[in-house]
Amino acid sequence: MTLTANSHLAELYRTMRRIRTFEERVGELFVRGQSAGSMLHLSIGEESSAAGVCDVMKPQDTFTTHHRGHGIFLARGADPRRMMAEIGGKETGYCHGKGGSMHIADMALGHLGANAIVGGGIPAVVGAGLSSKYLKQDSVSIAFFGDGAMQQGILYESMNMAALWSLPVLFVCVNNQYGMGTRIDQATRNTAFDERARAFGLNGAVVNGLDVEEVRDAARWLIDDARAGKPGFLSVEVYRFFGHARMDKSPYRAEVEELEGRKKDPVLFARAKLIESGLESAAALDALDREIAAEMDATIDFAVESRAPALSSMFRDVYAVGEPEPEPVRARIDRVLAREDA
Amino acid sequence: MPAMTYRDALRQALDDAMTEDKSIVVIGEEVGRYGGAYGVTKDLIKVHGPERLIDTPISEPAIIGAAVGAAMTGLRPVAELMYIDFLGMTMDQLANQAAKIRYMFGGQIGVPMVLRTQGGTGRSAGAQHSQSLEAWIMHTPGLRLAMPATVADAYHLLRQSLTKPDPVVFIEHKALYTRKEEVDLSADPLPWGKAAVRRQGDDLVIVTYSRQVLYALEAAEALARKGIEATVIDLRTLNPLDFDTIRTHVERVGKAMVVSEGVMTSGVAAELCARISEECFDFLEQPVIRVAGEDIPISVSQELESGSVPSARIIAEVAERLTA
Repeated sequence: MTLTANSHLAELYRTMRRIRTFEERVGELFVRGQSAGSMLHLSIGEESSAAGVCDVMKPQDTFTTHHRGHGIFLARGADPRRMMAEIGGKETGYCHGKGGSMHIADMALGHLGANAIVGGGIPAVVGAGLSSKYLKQDSVSIAFFGDGAMQQGILYESMNMAALWSLPVLFVCVNNQYGMGTRIDQATRNTAFDERARAFGLNGAVVNGLDVEEVRDAARWLIDDARAGKPGFLSVEVYRFFGHARMDKSPYRAEVEELEGRKKDPVLFARAKLIESGLESAAALDALDREIAAEMDATIDFAVESRAPALSSMFRDVYAVGEPEPEPVRARIDRVLAREDA
Repeated sequence: MPAMTYRDALRQALDDAMTEDKSIVVIGEEVGRYGGAYGVTKDLIKVHGPERLIDTPISEPAIIGAAVGAAMTGLRPVAELMYIDFLGMTMDQLANQAAKIRYMFGGQIGVPMVLRTQGGTGRSAGAQHSQSLEAWIMHTPGLRLAMPATVADAYHLLRQSLTKPDPVVFIEHKALYTRKEEVDLSADPLPWGKAAVRRQGDDLVIVTYSRQVLYALEAAEALARKGIEATVIDLRTLNPLDFDTIRTHVERVGKAMVVSEGVMTSGVAAELCARISEECFDFLEQPVIRVAGEDIPISVSQELESGSVPSARIIAEVAERLTA
């Protein structure tokens, strides 16, 4: 720790800077041809949603994320080396190379899984909420998703059930203005998403994602209420700095809009706030940034140097250990043809 | 031995399992106060309470999705899908989530849930309430699939499903609920994943499951009167599939027919036929014949409905030609 003061904003800044730098390294991994594919969705510009909400989660809380969930997992305490290895499809990754960027999960941290289906991970938190209530786990389950999922029916089925059964559940929309290349005003007539939640009987709030402390404060009361049986919804308004995925150069939006949007930078905003309030010096924050850069550089080395999973692991984990396994196609062919030869 | 209906056996299985395992909850449309569209959960709410028999809104995707989340966090949910035809509403949660979670997450966690549903023809329920969609399930790695034909299996397969570490799709047949059988539920059941040889003969092997087992047995009786002795194999579970039992009998007899209520093209019968042809080729005296549903939607007209799926008469006729 190179920071001079121990303010909580500095901790949030650190979390956000780690996310920003991690995502930049994910981009580098791709450029170096070391990522597993190009379906990498960076959350640069959205760091406040991850840092602010995860800051007020308790250890027993669970969550699901969407396809743009690296930052959320990192904010929850993930090991960035194992994350990068998973993004590289390596054996040392969280899911041994089978899940990748869009299907990363970790039960130890309550991460019930990222999801590559828009809205696909949302109803799982209703089930986790049922478990929490029935088994008295005192946990809140949080679904993170993008504004694209605001137009998926499963969200409203899930909101309805959560409200009906008074479940400890929070729905968090990271509203980065774009579902792939479609801006929200091209996807829906009413963009006041909190109204939809309140229509189902949930708490509903919208917060400007520029200021991570505002996000944290909103998440705190919503999570407290959820834990007490009043589920909620939070929309964090941010701007997706880059394209949908690595191959997307954003031809559907003007450069001037992007330049304007990137001014809404939660990392730089927190940095300025720390310096202006006298909590941290620019030099101390620069030193922290360098420390984080070195940490994240090492994640690339770890991913690149890790082994690919053994081909034989392909048949593992379709079913539980000890249960009947699928027969490999080649094994079956060999068996059939061996009979013919005999 | 006492006589019991298929429906009562299912209810008994749920009741006994819920008494033994407090992590089991039932979640679905009309499962609580109403007692289930076909009465399978009738009065269970009085025994196990509304917190374990959870009536839901009509939201099939969220019912299955909630069951997935509950299964990942300590419960063993039984999600009831009132008609298998509603799979179209919820296939994402079943095929993309439940089936793949253990694999995608590198074996960290499984989804020990049972999706109870019912399918098949026989009630003039029309094209959207009469399908046999088991091929969709069998075509999805990660899902187990049980389809009981008998009253005893209705009980035992459901009890066994409720001990499995992976998602089980349990498909009942809507025409069997009121069928009665004398059963001794205390007798040792066949192991999970093992096919039952319901009848043994040397002239022909009929491989089938669910209600068609009863039609095949009826056909076999008619054939026996003409001197043709059929072996009837009831698969009981389609995943895992007990191909060893099929192979043993097909190689012994040399003639095989596969019977399925589902539509023929790319169906369960197609897979079974392919495997028998591939693996038992040298032992076959005739091509393996599929007797399956027509490649058409189901009609409400009883004549068109029953005419579009296999029957005992059709099975017997085809068997006679195959053994001629």
